[in-house]
Amino acid sequence: MKLVIQGGRVIDPANDIDQQADLYLQDGKVAALGQAPEGFEADQVLDASGQIVVPGLIDLCAHVREPGYTQKGTIASETRAAAAGGITTLVTPPDCKPIVDTPAVVELIIDRAEAAGNARVLPMGALTQGLKGEQLAPLHALHSSGCVAFSNVRQPVRSSLALMRSLEYAATHDLLVQFQPQDESLTGKGCMHEDTTSSRLGLDGIPEAAETVEVARCLLLVEQAGVRAHFGQLTCERSVKMIQGSRERGLPVTCDVAIHHFFLTDENVAGFDSNFHVMPPLRSQLDRAGLRQALLAGDVQAICSDHQPHEAAAKQAPFAATEPGITGLETLLPLALLLVEQGMIDLAQVIDRLTCGPAKILGQSELGNLSVGSAADVCVFDPEEKWTLTDDNCQSAGRNTPFMDFEFKGQVTATVFGGKVVYQRAEQG
Amino acid sequence: MFEPIDANQIQLNSQGQLKHFLTTEGLSRELLTEILDTADSFLDVGERQVKKLPLLRGTTVANLFFENSTRTLSTFELAAKRLSADVLNLNISTSSTTKGESLRDTLMTLHAMHADMFVVRHSDSGAAHYIAQHVTPDVAVINAGDGRHAHPTQAMLDMLTIRRHKGDFSKLTCAIVGDILHSRVARSQIHALRTLGVAEVRVIGPQTLLPRHIEALGVMVYTDMNEGLKDVDVVMMLRLQKERMNSALLPSESEFYKLYGLTEEKLAIAKPDAVVLHPGPINRGVEIESSVADGPRSLILDQVTNGLAVRMAVMSMAVSGQMQEKQNNGENA
Repeated sequence: MKLVIQGGRVIDPANDIDQQADLYLQDGKVAALGQAPEGFEADQVLDASGQIVVPGLIDLCAHVREPGYTQKGTIASETRAAAAGGITTLVTPPDCKPIVDTPAVVELIIDRAEAAGNARVLPMGALTQGLKGEQLAPLHALHSSGCVAFSNVRQPVRSSLALMRSLEYAATHDLLVQFQPQDESLTGKGCMHEDTTSSRLGLDGIPEAAETVEVARCLLLVEQAGVRAHFGQLTCERSVKMIQGSRERGLPVTCDVAIHHFFLTDENVAGFDSNFHVMPPLRSQLDRAGLRQALLAGDVQAICSDHQPHEAAAKQAPFAATEPGITGLETLLPLALLLVEQGMIDLAQVIDRLTCGPAKILGQSELGNLSVGSAADVCVFDPEEKWTLTDDNCQSAGRNTPFMDFEFKGQVTATVFGGKVVYQRAEQG
Repeated sequence: MFEPIDANQIQLNSQGQLKHFLTTEGLSRELLTEILDTADSFLDVGERQVKKLPLLRGTTVANLFFENSTRTLSTFELAAKRLSADVLNLNISTSSTTKGESLRDTLMTLHAMHADMFVVRHSDSGAAHYIAQHVTPDVAVINAGDGRHAHPTQAMLDMLTIRRHKGDFSKLTCAIVGDILHSRVARSQIHALRTLGVAEVRVIGPQTLLPRHIEALGVMVYTDMNEGLKDVDVVMMLRLQKERMNSALLPSESEFYKLYGLTEEKLAIAKPDAVVLHPGPINRGVEIESSVADGPRSLILDQVTNGLAVRMAVMSMAVSGQMQEKQNNGENA
């Protein structure tokens, strides 16, 4: 299979490329940029004139809900949504049912993703068995089956000793550990950021310390264990600063922020709209500004969707009784482009945080770039096209997003995964 | 990026009349005054031989209490009966319902029975908003307490009690004392007092029982009750739930009583003609001294009487606001 993407503006931050060029893909790999390789005869041509061509996006946290919660979404439905959003690699957290703490579950996820063929799914394994925070999960076996990182998600590892031993074991095998830092007792039954709005609404608040206390504990133990660690979906400026401080001292730590935290704040909850019920919670305006600065400075190395699709009923209840989360695969790139539109960050920088930034965190050198020999994963988008996310055009099984009926500028026109076109926007009018 | 929906977009009809009663926050002074005036007019009904008015004849009121309460439930029941409504009481403890879907199902079932009004008490903040906005917008929803968020009829009966004893709100300093953090009553009182234009609203309690940045609601914050009660005209006590003692919020009942209990001695710090309110049921010797609760300055029993009138007022206003809305929609259709 030979494919050429013609006439687009190619932005490949990993190689510092931003130029108009043709991109040649062959046998699932990037074959060349600019000049066709000798004897290349395209089986398929994608016209990308007036469009932007970037490496397929890598999303460091997307819940695909399978196995276990298929009323919310399936690997097939959610990877289809990913393809429509220009995302070719998804990292999935281990809290499906059964939990990803045996190689069989890892294989099931990878097999189903391969059968669907829309995107690459890289499972994260459980750090502890059953995510109970006590007994170490079989990290080495899980890694051999395909897990790219290990996390206890938001489930507590109450014993600091158990956490340290887990990190030391992960370090033994040079495995990446991911934290979704949240102190259990400080979080309590909280459902939103603790501040003026939570006080006014009478909703249980989650103080900033619920995140920062756990970040501090994890950083100290990471230093002790010498493990590679990534902090996912941070919400507080202070957390990012602590992690950056550790980086500057040479610790192998990185972090990401979910895209909606760059736009929404706790004040959005004021109308009790359950679409703003997310975990970790939307924080203050100051945090939002701080996270934006940190993204620009490179202190936040990746942006993820923290995709959490739900069936309608999960959001039909009083605010605190609804399930948290936003369905986010299809709005990841459009919202990232909105940051550019708002003058917050350059296009190439934001593409970096969506492609080679996350690839470096995962240690996947053949992903997130358009070097010759890298995976033929490509996202092509029209930066000027205005469109609205609607119930009709949304591909995810989940419709739970405050961005429903929101007008975006910049739309994915084609997604190539492993050298095959997996998504192509329907011809306009 | 997004403007949150204002409660008034839900609780008022297109003419600005009440069609649900969800919160005192954001309602105009005129509307709050209208509630008080209407309640005033209902007060003498209780004195009559025949205590019924025909205002809600033929309508069905469903009292949906997802949280246990006998006092509030019975005043709503009596208020509806005095207005000649048919009343259905449903005590649905939250433990028997799985969350979300079944709340919706319960309401849709009652909706199918053509209930005209839901009086709802629920342990989740925003429950009444949710029902009025998303489940049954065409049924008048009266919030009888949602989580820690609002208890607007309680606040309005307090306002009626204050107005009947003190008259002009603009000269008053009011202090709300005790567990502000967990209190839906306090939040509704604060909004109502501010809108009615009292000179100053204070909250008094230990930091563990004060919500974060409560001053943003326009109140003065005091942690010392002896300071906070100076020059106060109205002392509004709150009930302290026993379970707060077990959660590191307070060391003991006796220490709380010593620092924040309303004793004769502490009441003497307030103005000589200061009055005392309490939403009940009272914990004697925990937040209030018996002699204060039963004393001449206590308005606790007046509050109960006024509560009936206020509930009759908002019930009749909301039903009429709904009818008005339906007529308008019918004309437009």
